[in-house]
Amino acid sequence: MYEGVVQDLIDELGRLPGIGPKSAQRIAFHLLATDPVDIGRLQDVLGKVKEGVRFCDVCGNVSEEEQCRICRDLRRDPALICVVEEPKDVLAVERTREFRGRYHVLGGALDPLSGIGPDQLRIKDLLSRIGAEEVTEVIIATDPNTEGEATATYLVRMLRDFPGLTVTRLASGLPMGGDLEFADELTLGRALSGRRAL
Amino acid sequence: MSLYRDTGVVLRLHKLGEADRIVTMLSRRHGKVRAVAKGVRRTTSRFGARLEPFNHVDTQFYTGRTLDVITQVETIDAFALPIVGDYQRYTSAVAITETADRLTAEEGEPALKLYLLVVGALRALADGQRDSSLVLDAFFLRAMAFAGWEPAITECARCGEPGPHHAFNVQAGGSLCGRCRTPGSVHPAPEVLVLLAALLHGDWPVAEGSLAGARRDASGLVAAHLQWHLERQLRSLPFVERRAREAPITGALGSDAMSGDTEVTGAAQGTRGSGVTEGVPGGPGA
Ligand SMILES: [Zn+2]
Ligand SMILES: [Zn+2]
Repeated sequence: MYEGVVQDLIDELGRLPGIGPKSAQRIAFHLLATDPVDIGRLQDVLGKVKEGVRFCDVCGNVSEEEQCRICRDLRRDPALICVVEEPKDVLAVERTREFRGRYHVLGGALDPLSGIGPDQLRIKDLLSRIGAEEVTEVIIATDPNTEGEATATYLVRMLRDFPGLTVTRLASGLPMGGDLEFADELTLGRALSGRRAL
Repeated sequence: MSLYRDTGVVLRLHKLGEADRIVTMLSRRHGKVRAVAKGVRRTTSRFGARLEPFNHVDTQFYTGRTLDVITQVETIDAFALPIVGDYQRYTSAVAITETADRLTAEEGEPALKLYLLVVGALRALADGQRDSSLVLDAFFLRAMAFAGWEPAITECARCGEPGPHHAFNVQAGGSLCGRCRTPGSVHPAPEVLVLLAALLHGDWPVAEGSLAGARRDASGLVAAHLQWHLERQLRSLPFVERRAREAPITGALGSDAMSGDTEVTGAAQGTRGSGVTEGVPGGPGA
């Protein structure tokens, strides 16, 4: 244990995702040795991040205005919505340059163990959006893990009854460059059920 | 470095560092094990999705200084895939794994019976043949029996007088006879007690012949009994879907209108006959 504010800094850093006690210590002592001007810049950004950043009224993505850049962009196809868990997933899909529709950010995945059920996510907003806008296809792009799959299952059930709406799920399959025999059963099972005609 | 190998069910995961996870498993011979799976979150991980919750796996560990480390995993039963394909089954499976985690406070203490109960319940959910709400309640009752909290269903919890009795009191440990009954007891209909006994003893024809009202009340009593004994509430329980409640029922003699603290009589006889095959229309697997 260090004294006072140094230990406080280590504790705060240690609460960040992906940072263990050793890394927290390393970052703390790095910051202590850093030029005050650099620290000032970091302080500045940290101060602004909570007051300056808000969430898009339409899609829930991080935004600096009422609506995010993507929702304001008239060239984006309003008939197509890609549903993701987090804002960082919007960036991941954007980087592909394959998608010209809009997004809906749920704010996480259904995870009863963490106290997250349908009411804790932006699912109602999605449903009212589909009711109000001219949406014809919803692409579910939740994470390919247990919580993400369960969330997709739930969404499919909720979206099934919208007339004229196509609901699709991101394809998941075998990683390129590997041997079939090393694939695990979940991955192989999903690849089989999602196979396509050639 | 010492190696050991065991089969186990993945109960839950915690992120560790950039790409690792701490995997909590309930194993056949070593009870609860918490071990590190290195690099498991990378898409190139050789573990793949084998260490996702609900999967039943054969695992090799080596004993680490603080946490053991997983070196190899093979799938015995890939329960996760069918379970996440149905939201009701998923929420039941989460409640099962959370309960198993909570009932095994000590790591490394063998809990073979609980392990078998968890594997059996997850297998039933993955198969999708049985109503998931019944599977969950049967698991809860048997897990409580494992923990030594089995509710008294047919005999009096206080004096052992053979029943069935009218009163049921969670704090007192279950059914209470006319002499032992205390204020605050509820009065479940006789078929609720029949269902509880069937679930505890694995009498599936009787359990599956029960009506929606009895199922709902039995679920309420089981949940109340479990929560009374666990120090903290189960986090997942409020999120469990009990779709059987919505199933249309035929010939329910008013049992649908009852709640835990209302005395309802006369509804019992219809459910006990072997000819009653209500089933669960639209249930999982349909
Ligand atoms: Zn937006
Ligand atoms: Zn008594």
